[in-house]
Amino acid sequence: MNPKLFTFNGGVHPAGHKTESCTTPIRSMPLLPKYVVPMRQHIGEPARPVVAVGDRVLRGQMIGAAEGYVSTAVHAPTSGRVVAIEASAVPHPSGLFDLAVVIEADGEDQAIAFQPIDWRSLDPSALRNRMRDMGLAGLGGAVFPSYIKLNPGGQKIHTLILNGAECEPWITCDDRLMRERAPEMLRGIEIMQHALGCSKVIIGIEDNKPEALTAMRAAAPVGIEVVAVPSLYPGGGGKQLTYTLTGVETPTGGRSTDVGIQVFNVGTAYSLYRAVELGEPLISRIVTVTGHIAQPGNFEVRIGTPLTDLIAAAGGMLPGASGEIVGGPMMGFDLMDLAAPVTKAVNCLIIKNPALFPPKPIELSCIRCGECARACPADLQPFEMYWYSRAKNFGHAQSYNLFDCIECGCCSYVCPSHIPLVDYFRFAKSEIWEREREKRAADLARIRHEFKTFRLEREKQEKAEKFAKAAEKSKAAAAGATDAAAPADPDAERKKAILQAALERAQKAKAQVAPQNTENLPPRVQKEIDAIEARRATVEAKTESTPNHE
Amino acid sequence: MENYLLILIGTVFVNNIVMSKILGLCPFMGVSRKLETAISMGAATTFVLTLASGASFLIDTYLLGQDLSYLRTLSFIVVIAGIVGFTEMFIKKTSPVLFRVLGIYLPLITTNCAVLGIPLLNVREQHNFLESLFFGLGGAFGFTLVLVLFAAMRERLEAADVPKPFQGVSIAMITAGLMSLAFMGFAGLIR
Amino acid sequence: MISAILVMAAIGLVLGGILGWASIKFRVQDDPLVEKIDAILPQTQCGQCGFPGCKPYAEAIAKGEADINLCPPGGADGVNRLAELLGVEPKPLGEGLEAKPKSVAVIDENTCIGCTLCIQACPVDAIVGAAKQMHVIVASQCTGCELCLPPCPVDCISMQVIKEDVVNWKWRYPIHMMKRVA
Repeated sequence: MNPKLFTFNGGVHPAGHKTESCTTPIRSMPLLPKYVVPMRQHIGEPARPVVAVGDRVLRGQMIGAAEGYVSTAVHAPTSGRVVAIEASAVPHPSGLFDLAVVIEADGEDQAIAFQPIDWRSLDPSALRNRMRDMGLAGLGGAVFPSYIKLNPGGQKIHTLILNGAECEPWITCDDRLMRERAPEMLRGIEIMQHALGCSKVIIGIEDNKPEALTAMRAAAPVGIEVVAVPSLYPGGGGKQLTYTLTGVETPTGGRSTDVGIQVFNVGTAYSLYRAVELGEPLISRIVTVTGHIAQPGNFEVRIGTPLTDLIAAAGGMLPGASGEIVGGPMMGFDLMDLAAPVTKAVNCLIIKNPALFPPKPIELSCIRCGECARACPADLQPFEMYWYSRAKNFGHAQSYNLFDCIECGCCSYVCPSHIPLVDYFRFAKSEIWEREREKRAADLARIRHEFKTFRLEREKQEKAEKFAKAAEKSKAAAAGATDAAAPADPDAERKKAILQAALERAQKAKAQVAPQNTENLPPRVQKEIDAIEARRATVEAKTESTPNHE
Repeated sequence: MENYLLILIGTVFVNNIVMSKILGLCPFMGVSRKLETAISMGAATTFVLTLASGASFLIDTYLLGQDLSYLRTLSFIVVIAGIVGFTEMFIKKTSPVLFRVLGIYLPLITTNCAVLGIPLLNVREQHNFLESLFFGLGGAFGFTLVLVLFAAMRERLEAADVPKPFQGVSIAMITAGLMSLAFMGFAGLIR
Repeated sequence: MISAILVMAAIGLVLGGILGWASIKFRVQDDPLVEKIDAILPQTQCGQCGFPGCKPYAEAIAKGEADINLCPPGGADGVNRLAELLGVEPKPLGEGLEAKPKSVAVIDENTCIGCTLCIQACPVDAIVGAAKQMHVIVASQCTGCELCLPPCPVDCISMQVIKEDVVNWKWRYPIHMMKRVA
């Protein structure tokens, strides 16, 4: 029944903790009074708000439009009034705020008229453009806009892989979705097949989800393979699952499309079905709420639901909770602010307690045992990358293929010295990105500066030519009239006088304004001001000493 | 043939010019900060040394002979300086960055004791022309080998938690000492 | 005696010939090192190094006339990378120079009189405006060089530190937990 499978190197077997949340059916949430919908819910450019404060919106109405190529739209989760468009708490490891549209629900939950799409008669590219406005993004965690992934471009996609592995501990949202809504999901897969024009479809599900496997097998039509893959973290990583199912390795720095394979999360397939067959944009997703909570389980949550309300819906935290994780325990991050809402990327919320998630032991020195290299599913050498990341020697870290690291956390999991290796890699990666950003900015500045120098030179030349011409003319005219230059003067005099007056006014204003907030400054600021003043003085001295060009 | 192979292996490992004869320490400590530089320095020295040992053999045998043997050191230095000057211009043309990185150590190949030492040893050991070439090549390979090994270690050391008093040159010295000990293990392999 | 002189003269002549030929054959026209140094400099064109822009400073470094530690916007990181390129010891920033947080210039719209002096001062043409019209700084192109501050007759330009947001946020360096043992 099962075709030949391949086993990737490395991987770990963390405790599953799936039964806490996978035994109860998906529950729905009551309508809330307020939703906070961030504009940046996907990789790439954030959506641009297209509503104003005070506007009335309907469920499914677009409130943020896709901006740029890598972007997708954002929609209102319910009907109501836009009360604010402001920086709000978002589920991000930094805890920083980001732009969001706050909607006050009116309780009617009135929807726009959903228009199902007749995809069979629609050209794949037209279908993709519709998907962009439907706000579809990968629901597995990377939230890459789906319409781009549905575009094979120049590459021929021969195989579509549906990722139902859900290898991370605790998370069961895909499991429940597959058990309960397999037929709908398979219709979504059919649409994907149509858009990509591929012949082969494989659905990979880890063998610790027998019910989901049965449900999917029962619903799958002939030609779509449902394959049980062995439970091994991170078997649900895109590259790992591709290898397990097909034996094809994704090249370094490449995507699976480079080898003709496209991978989608099963949740995305279900959302695609809703978007195409029902015409409903992506306004809800399944979220697992589990851990130290009264009624763990899966919820169908509207995008924008504050996490506090989600916790309340699951019966509230039990006493002794010690924090929250967004995502899984291996790749997720600690939540900074409970006011943050559910976004398209949030697949799981885990309430921690000291028994389930004991504080991390003290980090010790690397003993170069090589356990991390044995556990690495990307075949990297984490101890080498760690060695150079820690010393901030990013060039060397990169030469060990740092950017092939999928941040799965296997190395940190097995490290006997409890070194948070992934944290070092994330640190190194974001430093390298920052450098690249700076490099781009510097290149832009260089080009602009060179152009300005060139422009000034050109203007100077043009002026000189003009003067030469004028001089010739005046020479020719000098025979007749003696003073040709005089008429230009009064105008210049008048301009100078105006400028002088403005300067004097400004100077006066400055004298009045200056004393403000320059007292009681901290010494550092005062020093800065002094430095600027000194520089200004030298510049002024220079401009005074040099003769005026004009 | 076997003789040449023995000379090569003997000069690279057993009688390594840096590790057992303790010659050429100046570039060994000075240009071993980065692996790339060390490799380039090794290549430059190999070029100079091989040419110098061949040229000095010819000069010693055909120009100086027994009568003018007191001119040996003098003429060798002149030849080496000429070859180094040539190498310098060549590198400046092909890789200005390398030229800048090697900096003072490039002209200092002239006064690199290893580079003068090998032609002089050639004369003492009464090598013929080919033997001289191989002795020069082997010595240069040995020099390059330890330089590259040492640079690789220093690159790694830079990322390590070295106690403050040992940071920089001091830990490099200790490393060099340990390396020298390791190379003593080859002693006696070939006469 | 004569033979010794002849031998040395012959060696000298031959080598001199080779070197002379080489110096013609391997002549270096321009210095690509300048480009490499210029690529490391942050291109703010602020002149804090004492040179009128990044390129002149790069040229001065390449010639060995300027030290590598005169560029405050590049910070310690920039100095380190210059040191690595040139194979010298890294050193702290020069006397009186201090790395500041990254900022952009902002024009106070109420005070600006539209004199265009700042437009002429901006090295990267990041200020838009015309005479007697209010000027605006294009934030994405501003290098934060502060060169527009001194010419402004009404002091309406201020520097604003770029705030950290979700896009430019960086993962922090993991804290060494070993310290706790000590």
